[in-house]
Amino acid sequence: MVWVLRAGGWVSVLVTLGIVITLGTESWPFFVEVPLGRLINDTMWTPLFAEPQYGIGALLAGTLVTTGVALAVAIPLGTILAIFLSEFAEPRFRDWVKPMLELLSAVPTVVYGYFALLTVTPLLQKIYPDLPQFSMLSAGMIMGIMIIPYVTSLGEDAMRSVPMLLREGAFALGDGKLGVALRVVFPGAFSGLAAAYVLAISRAVGETMIVAIAAGLQPKLTLNPLDSAATVTAFIVQVSLGDLPHGSIGYQSIFATGAVLFLMTLGFNLAGHALRKRFHRAI
Amino acid sequence: MRTTSQLSSLSGKESVPSEVEVAAKVQIRGLNFFYGNHQVLRSVTMDVPALQVTALIGPSGCGKTTLLRCLNRMHDLYPGNRYEGSIHVQPDGADILGAGVDPIQVRMRFGMVFQKPNPFPKSIYENVAYGLRLQGVNQRRELDERVEKALREAALWDEAKSRLHQMAHNLSGGQQQRLCIARAIATDPDVVLFDEPTSALDPIATSKIEELIVELKKRVTVMIVTHNLQQAGRISDMTAFMYLGELIELGETNRMFTNPTKPQTEDYISGRFG
Amino acid sequence: MRSEAFYRKQEVLGRRRRALDQGFRVLGMVLTLGTLGVLGILLLNLAVHGLSRIDWQFLTSFPSRRAGEAGILSAWVGTLLLMLVTAGVAVPFGLAAGIYLEEYAPKNRWTDFIEINIANLAGVPSILYGLMALGLFVYQFHFGQSLLSGGLALACLVLPIVIVATRESLRTIPSSIREAAFALGATRWQAVWHHLLPYSTGGIATGVILAMSRAIGESAPLITIGALTFIAFLPPAPLISQPPFVLFDWLFSPFTALPIQMFNWVSRPGEEFQSNAAAAGLILIGITLTMNATAILLRRRAQRNIVW
Repeated sequence: MVWVLRAGGWVSVLVTLGIVITLGTESWPFFVEVPLGRLINDTMWTPLFAEPQYGIGALLAGTLVTTGVALAVAIPLGTILAIFLSEFAEPRFRDWVKPMLELLSAVPTVVYGYFALLTVTPLLQKIYPDLPQFSMLSAGMIMGIMIIPYVTSLGEDAMRSVPMLLREGAFALGDGKLGVALRVVFPGAFSGLAAAYVLAISRAVGETMIVAIAAGLQPKLTLNPLDSAATVTAFIVQVSLGDLPHGSIGYQSIFATGAVLFLMTLGFNLAGHALRKRFHRAI
Repeated sequence: MRTTSQLSSLSGKESVPSEVEVAAKVQIRGLNFFYGNHQVLRSVTMDVPALQVTALIGPSGCGKTTLLRCLNRMHDLYPGNRYEGSIHVQPDGADILGAGVDPIQVRMRFGMVFQKPNPFPKSIYENVAYGLRLQGVNQRRELDERVEKALREAALWDEAKSRLHQMAHNLSGGQQQRLCIARAIATDPDVVLFDEPTSALDPIATSKIEELIVELKKRVTVMIVTHNLQQAGRISDMTAFMYLGELIELGETNRMFTNPTKPQTEDYISGRFG
Repeated sequence: MRSEAFYRKQEVLGRRRRALDQGFRVLGMVLTLGTLGVLGILLLNLAVHGLSRIDWQFLTSFPSRRAGEAGILSAWVGTLLLMLVTAGVAVPFGLAAGIYLEEYAPKNRWTDFIEINIANLAGVPSILYGLMALGLFVYQFHFGQSLLSGGLALACLVLPIVIVATRESLRTIPSSIREAAFALGATRWQAVWHHLLPYSTGGIATGVILAMSRAIGESAPLITIGALTFIAFLPPAPLISQPPFVLFDWLFSPFTALPIQMFNWVSRPGEEFQSNAAAAGLILIGITLTMNATAILLRRRAQRNIVW
């Protein structure tokens, strides 16, 4: 019986191998053909055109800006909520609020995309009439809402692990709850919080549907959140919607961008994991 | 200021003739403490003399730590706790258990050192300066002076002066506890409360801290909870013996240890129970 | 002796500190309700635009270019069949992996490696699972753009969720139970099968429900492997009333799924298609929220019922 179980254990390794090998082998032809210089220097990403441009910066800009907007929403809000739930809220309140916040991350991302495009964008257009139909701002904001539970849940766990003895030392000196939370608990939980932030970044970078629906599908090298632009993930979706014979240039390009995406999120995930381990050791 | 010539015992009905004339820094009157419905302290009445070390001894569960934590209202941090009675702190005589009294203000008048060293995740300097900043001291020069003074009084200055801005957790256990003492005395509190401060330390660190406490009492009133009878004998001027939430006997340390009046005191001190 | 000014200053400081505490408490409450309110607004919006659209016709029609005649029949059937494949793969493998890692694996470098690996997989963007499925299942293994490829992609995606849930529910069982079983001569497998698994069903069920809820809502991997959005037919039935009673053609059939259908309608202009999208979204979110809420309640019940 044990060998059945052991096989199960190694299945996860197989999956990783599957991802890595597939991305590697299917994107290899693309990277062989396209010189690094063009990836960096071209200003547009149009690999499927007759006169292709390979400036992957156009896609990375889209990912960067949408992620930036999402983090601008999720990190402050998520941290304040984490401090509130950990240091101020009564246990019973916390018990039902935490699961409800987690429901935010249970909403299918297509539904969030619908919401961003058809509700939030028109709302924003009332404030700023020049906002285009597709914008990184709208998509980024909704992505931020989706990510809040990641920050709050992990952040609150980290803060609650800070020993009470430390807080009592500060209270005994005459500090109030907010002071203790900001001056003692927050620094004490910092690597745990940093792990939460990094994992939130990873989630934002990898998000697909919200940006594909609401931020636009045209790659554009811009840093203005009021613009529309395609992210790395949105590009993959857009090309996949068309015909993709094995080995065609479209096929290769999505694996190439997928490989780039994998490396980015791998970096964030490993960093987050290391931070979390460092936190648990310090506590 | 009041001079007290009565040392209290069980219910205040018996009065023991005074052995010393001291000014009381803290006057506890009829203190009852409840945790939920469970009564932990029963009618405790005692005077804590100024500029002396008063030790609280007794077996586990007798309420000595609970009593200590009533003084700086630490129990207010947790739900379900209730005080009855009064605690007056000189020189103004204010009742810190009074209605409408701000626990934060109370805590700024006391210093507390805990069972395990608990330095903040900050530098040595910032640890000591924490209480000072809380009290509105933010001029660099004054902070520097008072931090140095506190570290000297805690016998940590020589070891710390070259690494003031390094993280506190790099210090050894004994050094960390002395840092916590420096932190507690930096604000010139009226009373410093020690809750079994050496129970987690080795003998050398322990004796350093005991010397420190004896020095400290020249400037501040000290109350110390200790499990260690020999420690109480070494460093305290007055000793209060508690049992099952009641104050059984309070008196001058030497006399308590050689000639206790209550049978329970004698049983505890001679080791018949613990 | 301290001056009056000193005591007054302390009073001011104390009051300010308490005011800040109270202010932050209010801020925290407002933000909490506001954030949850966004979820509420989302649900309300879907209901307003889509609830009226849900009727028997909507549930039993195929998609159509005429918005008013379109429906989600192929979509929800596709989702159902897809979940069969996903659960059929993810649950056994996830359980096996979880049991192995928690009860059998020695504490060595290999086990650490597997654990880091699982933590990393949990953070891989879902679209990359689609890319892997495209290269591996669709082309390399020649499964084609089918339910099998889609189901396998989703199974790989949710595998870490099942593994982690299994491990955590096994971890809460105190070691005294294991030791008691061993002391009576049980093999490790007997201890697991007869003693540990029965106690951890609550936690495992929670994990499986959360995993399936995640899988139902995913669209990116399915789009990548080529799930089409205009499927006007159903895959062949898995069960028939004549021998051999169970068929497997359906695994290799093209398909669509609820989130894909919603994505398609969102991308079409016009209020009618948007109202179709809202209806599909309402059904989708209804399913996932219900499953999540069930999982949370189950988790609560499991934690409370067993008194060690």
